[in-house]
Amino acid sequence: MAALDSAGKLALELEMPARRRRRLGIVFWLASSWIALVVALAIFADLLPLADPFAQALLARRAPPSAAHLLGTDALGRDILARVIFGARASLEIGLLAPLAATLVGTLLGMLSGYFRGRFETFAIGTTDVLLAFPPLVLALAIVAYLGQSVTNVILVLAILTVPAVTRVARAATLAIREREFVTAARALGAGHLRILRREILPNIMLPLGAYFLVLVAVTVVVEGILSFLGLGVPPPQPSWGGMIAEGRDSLDIAPHIAFIPAVAMFLTVLAFNLVGDSLRAITDPRRGAS
Amino acid sequence: MSETPLLEIEDLAVALPTERGPLRAVSGVSLSLAPSRSLGIVGESGSGKTMLARAILRLLPPGARLAGAIRFDGRDLLRLSRRDLRRLRGRELAAVFQDPMTSLNPVLSIGSQIAEALTEHMGLAARAAMARAVALLAEVGIPEPERRAHQFPHQLSGGMRQRVAIAIALSCEPRLLIADEPTTALDVTVQAQILDLLARERQKRHMAMILITHDLGVVAGRTDDVAVMYAGRIVERASTRALFRQMRSPYAEALMAAIPRLDAPPHTRLSAIAGSPPDPTRPTPGCPFSPRCRYARERCRSEAPPLSADSRDHHYACWFPLPDRSRAEV
Amino acid sequence: MLGLIGRRLAYLVPVILAVTALTFLIANLLPGDLAIVMLGDQATPENVAALHKQLGLDLPLWQQYLHWLWGVLHGDFGTSHRTGQTVLNAIAGRLPVTLELLIMAELGGILIGVPLAILCAVRPGSAFDRTVAGIAFGSLSVPPFMLAILLIFVFALRLHLLPATAYVPLSDSLLGNLRSMALPGATLALLEWPTIMRVLRSDMISTLQEDYIAMARAKGLSPRRILLVHALKPSSLTLVTVIGLNIGRLIGGAVITESIFALPGVGRLLLESIYLRDFIILQGGVLLVAIGFVLVNFLVDMLYAVLDPRIRHGRA
Repeated sequence: MAALDSAGKLALELEMPARRRRRLGIVFWLASSWIALVVALAIFADLLPLADPFAQALLARRAPPSAAHLLGTDALGRDILARVIFGARASLEIGLLAPLAATLVGTLLGMLSGYFRGRFETFAIGTTDVLLAFPPLVLALAIVAYLGQSVTNVILVLAILTVPAVTRVARAATLAIREREFVTAARALGAGHLRILRREILPNIMLPLGAYFLVLVAVTVVVEGILSFLGLGVPPPQPSWGGMIAEGRDSLDIAPHIAFIPAVAMFLTVLAFNLVGDSLRAITDPRRGAS
Repeated sequence: MSETPLLEIEDLAVALPTERGPLRAVSGVSLSLAPSRSLGIVGESGSGKTMLARAILRLLPPGARLAGAIRFDGRDLLRLSRRDLRRLRGRELAAVFQDPMTSLNPVLSIGSQIAEALTEHMGLAARAAMARAVALLAEVGIPEPERRAHQFPHQLSGGMRQRVAIAIALSCEPRLLIADEPTTALDVTVQAQILDLLARERQKRHMAMILITHDLGVVAGRTDDVAVMYAGRIVERASTRALFRQMRSPYAEALMAAIPRLDAPPHTRLSAIAGSPPDPTRPTPGCPFSPRCRYARERCRSEAPPLSADSRDHHYACWFPLPDRSRAEV
Repeated sequence: MLGLIGRRLAYLVPVILAVTALTFLIANLLPGDLAIVMLGDQATPENVAALHKQLGLDLPLWQQYLHWLWGVLHGDFGTSHRTGQTVLNAIAGRLPVTLELLIMAELGGILIGVPLAILCAVRPGSAFDRTVAGIAFGSLSVPPFMLAILLIFVFALRLHLLPATAYVPLSDSLLGNLRSMALPGATLALLEWPTIMRVLRSDMISTLQEDYIAMARAKGLSPRRILLVHALKPSSLTLVTVIGLNIGRLIGGAVITESIFALPGVGRLLLESIYLRDFIILQGGVLLVAIGFVLVNFLVDMLYAVLDPRIRHGRA
């Protein structure tokens, strides 16, 4: 009954929402545009006609949005718009660099352990197992506590914490590719390991890892926010979204906008990275029969 | 044959939605089955026989469209409320599916899978249902039924699992059992045992049965009547005896020729039916078998033949039926 | 089953040993003299020397580790130089609050996530399914502290329904305790349900296409029994794993919510130890939390075997 069974499954698939995601909808483009906007603002923050994010105006504290301060001021009278845009800098710097470093290291480790297997794999996977045995935030807090609080250290810590996840994804993708015909063919043609890794395996695992990278950016922006919120991330007075939300907490009752404006900026950015990452994952997912 | 039929199907059509438009899995099928009689439905993959069975059980995939009527004991199954349907299924209308590896729930014990139908339909208490389940396991030929009842499907062989599936089907003494390729997934040595078990239990319980198979050899001598399906339609229907005496449609004949014969001389070429069944999403005007039929003529390609009966209740859908040699000899 | 437990237990030993080594090494990331950092303003040369001796800082690194490990193996995770309290006592005093919070979060997440997953899986692609999927996806992008502040704003500051930062111990009043735990519990539950919903939904959808579900329907069972017994149980295997893995994230969430809602739990103990540079408490606390996390995942593995007889009997 093969023909009918497949027809039955086809009928079931028609009902599945998963197929809907195949084309990039308007949500994808909205999310991409938001990311582009935030990145552009963060890069060109110095060139924009913004108020000084550090300048305190004690007479204009907790001011609601006005012509002078488009998004109002915080508890020290600092311009929230300027601080949100400069805060995007810190969030994106950490949010992009930590996953980037982790993706480079993790891809290398995962590819090598998936390709060569053996002792190297045992060692690499064993190490990631140990890192994964800690609740990630607790480990991050502990390392930052000992290492000292700075943007560089936060990037370093979050990169280290992200390596195990990337390693596993890269290894799984490599294992799947390794046995495919074109790799066997390349090997039969006498291609060396380096050439196979670079020409056959890497291009094939790059797309899923790219989609995963975007999701990791979203996660890292959240964790950076948590660290800064707890006062252990970006050191004040340098603006960061997490830090701004923490400062706004004390004025929550009288001036909720101080906490909620950076919160909305952060939520939209995290959501945008998740949306774009998920759309790309849905497209590159081999299980969906992309061929 | 003048008894009121237990199951009566009238001009049944089943269409499944696909990306390429509706797939007409079953069209214009009419059948009737008297109480405690058995019917074999035979056809290749894609002939619509499983969808016919699923339509009777009302277990079609979501989005499937049904037309026509299926009357069970006078009630139209297509108009039955969900609740009434539920009371009927498992109680009066039971089923055994093709693959016992996938049709038993892997995380529930065998005993509880038999007992749950009994508690649902027969109002048995848990303990009584379990005792009955053990008795049923013994009836279908499973040794050490008490121990087996506590085991899980993965601890049993394929043949044993199919026996369990049969025990489940028999548990509430149904009046009709639909067995959809019950032996296809099993080892050849086990196949005959399962078929004999089904035939024996059917006679013992005076139960009607529809046995669906792709193998004409399976129905030979085991069912009272046979219906041959092709491309969603019945192309030939007769008593098993009459059909095997003389096939009237070229398709049934070709199907018969495709059965490997033990008594054939070694190295005889197996004759497979050339070509493949028509695309069910693209109906053609003529006889659906005509592109593969070696007797096809002009009329076959332009006009579909209706199912008509000869004087001995032997139905066939063919413009140019094979000669009835059995009658000529008389 | 016993063999399975044995194998998993045997795997636990090296993992926990590695966890102790890593915890120990992290503590040595500290640039400068641990004793001086810990003592801060009160650091006199005598104090520093005494603390050096107490901590064994004069020994080579590997001897320090073995010394510390020896203590850990005997239940001595260290003593705070600030309060004189042992790590074990400090954690034990704080643990009930954190456990209550985690249980509330997990129960809340299951209570929201499981019914939604079942309803979505029954009609995948329906308007309801897509709405729930959208909300779940959006929820996954909400940072925990943001949700906590939003809940405080709405329920404590605007509606005055629940207290934000007035922890009531369980021993004082059950109702008061539940009220004071409601917002932190809800924060974590609202972060937990989307993962539960998504995993279970996709597993349920594929389970509902299995032959044994068609068989259950052919048996005339009630839709409730089919969904809750025949479909939910085999679908809950991945869910159990995910819940186990999520506990790590939840512990992180507990640190944040305990800080925001001023709950005297383990997470806040760790944060306080960071702020107060009480590295003994921090080191012992991190180790205990990590070991607890490893053990919970071990228990989750065992639960997996309970749910799936195929694993219990040593197949797969």
